[in-house]
Amino acid sequence: MKKDIILAGVGGQGILTIATIIGDAAAVAGLHLKQAEVHGMSQRGGDVQSNLRLSTEEIYSDLIRQGAADLIISMEPMEALRYLPYLNADGGVVTSSHPYKNIPNYPDEEALSAELQALPHADILPIEDLAKQNNLPKCANVVLLGMAAKHIEILSPEELRESIKRVFASKGEKVVEMNCQAFDIGLNAVTK
Amino acid sequence: MISKRLLLGDEAIALGAIHAGISGVYAYPGTPSTEITEFIQANAPEVRSRWCTNEKTAMEAALGMSYAGKRALVCMKHVGMNVAADAFVNSAITGINGGLVMLAADDPSMHSSQNEQDSRFYGKFAMIPILEPSSQQEAYDIMPYAFALSEQMRLPVLLRVVTRLAHSRAGVETATPMEQKPLNPDNERTHWVLLPGNARRQYASLVEKQAQLHASAETSIYNKLHHAERAPIGVVACGIAYNYVMENKPAKMGVPVLKISQYPVPEVLVKALADKCDVLLIAEDGQPVVEEYVKTLLGADYPVKGRLTGDLPRMGELTPDSVGKALGVEVGQSFTAAENVVPRPPALCQGCGHRDVYDALNRVAREYDDARIFGDIGCYTLGALPPFRAIDSCVDMGASITMAKGAADAGVHPSIAVIGDSTFTHSGITGLLDAVNDNSRITVVISDNLTTAMTGGQDSAGTNKFEAICLGLGVEPAHVRVVVPLPKNMEEITRIIREEIEYDGVSVIIPRRECIQTLNRKLRKKRAQE
Repeated sequence: MKKDIILAGVGGQGILTIATIIGDAAAVAGLHLKQAEVHGMSQRGGDVQSNLRLSTEEIYSDLIRQGAADLIISMEPMEALRYLPYLNADGGVVTSSHPYKNIPNYPDEEALSAELQALPHADILPIEDLAKQNNLPKCANVVLLGMAAKHIEILSPEELRESIKRVFASKGEKVVEMNCQAFDIGLNAVTK
Repeated sequence: MISKRLLLGDEAIALGAIHAGISGVYAYPGTPSTEITEFIQANAPEVRSRWCTNEKTAMEAALGMSYAGKRALVCMKHVGMNVAADAFVNSAITGINGGLVMLAADDPSMHSSQNEQDSRFYGKFAMIPILEPSSQQEAYDIMPYAFALSEQMRLPVLLRVVTRLAHSRAGVETATPMEQKPLNPDNERTHWVLLPGNARRQYASLVEKQAQLHASAETSIYNKLHHAERAPIGVVACGIAYNYVMENKPAKMGVPVLKISQYPVPEVLVKALADKCDVLLIAEDGQPVVEEYVKTLLGADYPVKGRLTGDLPRMGELTPDSVGKALGVEVGQSFTAAENVVPRPPALCQGCGHRDVYDALNRVAREYDDARIFGDIGCYTLGALPPFRAIDSCVDMGASITMAKGAADAGVHPSIAVIGDSTFTHSGITGLLDAVNDNSRITVVISDNLTTAMTGGQDSAGTNKFEAICLGLGVEPAHVRVVVPLPKNMEEITRIIREEIEYDGVSVIIPRRECIQTLNRKLRKKRAQE
């Protein structure tokens, strides 16, 4: 079994934290893993992505092939669309609906939303609003991970929740609790 | 399975070096090499690891540690090799005492760089062994091997990686750490004093060692011929390109593969592969170094495919798709590119002091017919993009000051240089001395954010020393001006810029305000402690 996941967003939105949580869970589960990240100049408000590959078999390439990704998880709707050529025919998209407009020529929001909704498997949710309503404004990225948890399959939501506890352990109990809560909000938001 | 640690390629190199018993790491920050030194700083207090002023000082200090008998690692991005080249090339002539590994992190596709030069050329130029790991595990494993090879050959070893390996994580199994080496300075002065008489002998010894280096590459555990049966096409896969080849399942297609992770190119292995095949494909990230070599080795009649023949793209990093295509594997695409997507270039952070510097410079520059602003390497290079579009050049570390000087010599006025604090100490000081000695009519803006920001906020070598450095170089005290780049100070800043442009000589303006990223990080840390 394998899962090729593209994590997308804008520099500073916390996609590398999502990658760290999934990566830690995969390491503990004894899966093979490759996780290519973007560091450096793009992190200053540019588009960022991470190729995350999980498998029960040995993985060679750090990069995902075109048409091979099983899942795109995105903190931003336009960034979700950027990687469509990498998605396989049955692939899912889990994305925030909240546009991050730091460029003057951001596309028309309605057209963008329509293009996302036309995809065969897309979960589009206002994660920032969910995070804010629950007094967790800084945990929007973990809400998104919760939304995506059921699509990851090769790791269970329980394994991911355990990983959240380990990853945030150094930041104190309160931060762990907030992120676990954020994860559950995302997880439950898609079952409804 | 938990015994595996999840590590970036850079972190695997760092841990491998720590476990190989290094006593020092010497480096200047540069994407994608920065995380190596950061990991050593965070995890190995017994290893000397403070950032160096530039790559040349790093290389020389590492050579000094090697001279003293201890193992040293020196790390930089590919273009840093140009800065360190004098010391690097001559370290092959002196040879080494304690093991010395030079790590160069190349950046094909120029994710964070101004060119995609291939550091393997430097290794070949210096006539030393080159290692190029293909995976994070191999990057860890190869470190003790690299130091042992360096000590066996009495030569520095070049370790070359690319961005995709440096910045990708995988599980890594670790081994038992080795002890550091004892102090044991070399007493053989004729090796180290490169007067022509000694240098000729040393160079002859380097030339003589080449046969040994070739023999070592032929039998290296890191070079391996897979599935060498008769086939129409065979692949030579170098470093990380091996992964892209293997992703396309060559064994299923009956394609034999020669993996190369140690150079010089193992000629016997290449010929053995060529004998079984009608055509060879050379898959290598970066420039066609091995492709050119193999073409010469096999002669004009043997067909060799690669970047030079267009079977692989001439520039940019390889991908599993580009390598697959060269092997005749179809690229499976289910969705075409989306319509509602536009590029999102990086930008200076909101609240960044560089923004106020460019705002002020643009206001004043507009008052002149033909003001020119020469930029430099760092976050502030983003001042080239909208909304500022403020700089006319960005070439290499320190070039802002010297290009402004040359342009001023030619008659450009105002001729303004914008350089960051860390870039100024890296390579700007000598240029400023030239300008002072020539009394050039230039205005130098040292935009001081108290850190090396672009690479993530490392210590900057000149913090708290800039006024003293400029005065020491001979800039007139009245023309070393310090301002605080904030919108509320705009009137004062623009006035000072105007005054200094009108001064007939070298002036330095230092807008100083802490980087918003490092400031926020400190505040978060403080809050967490409360």
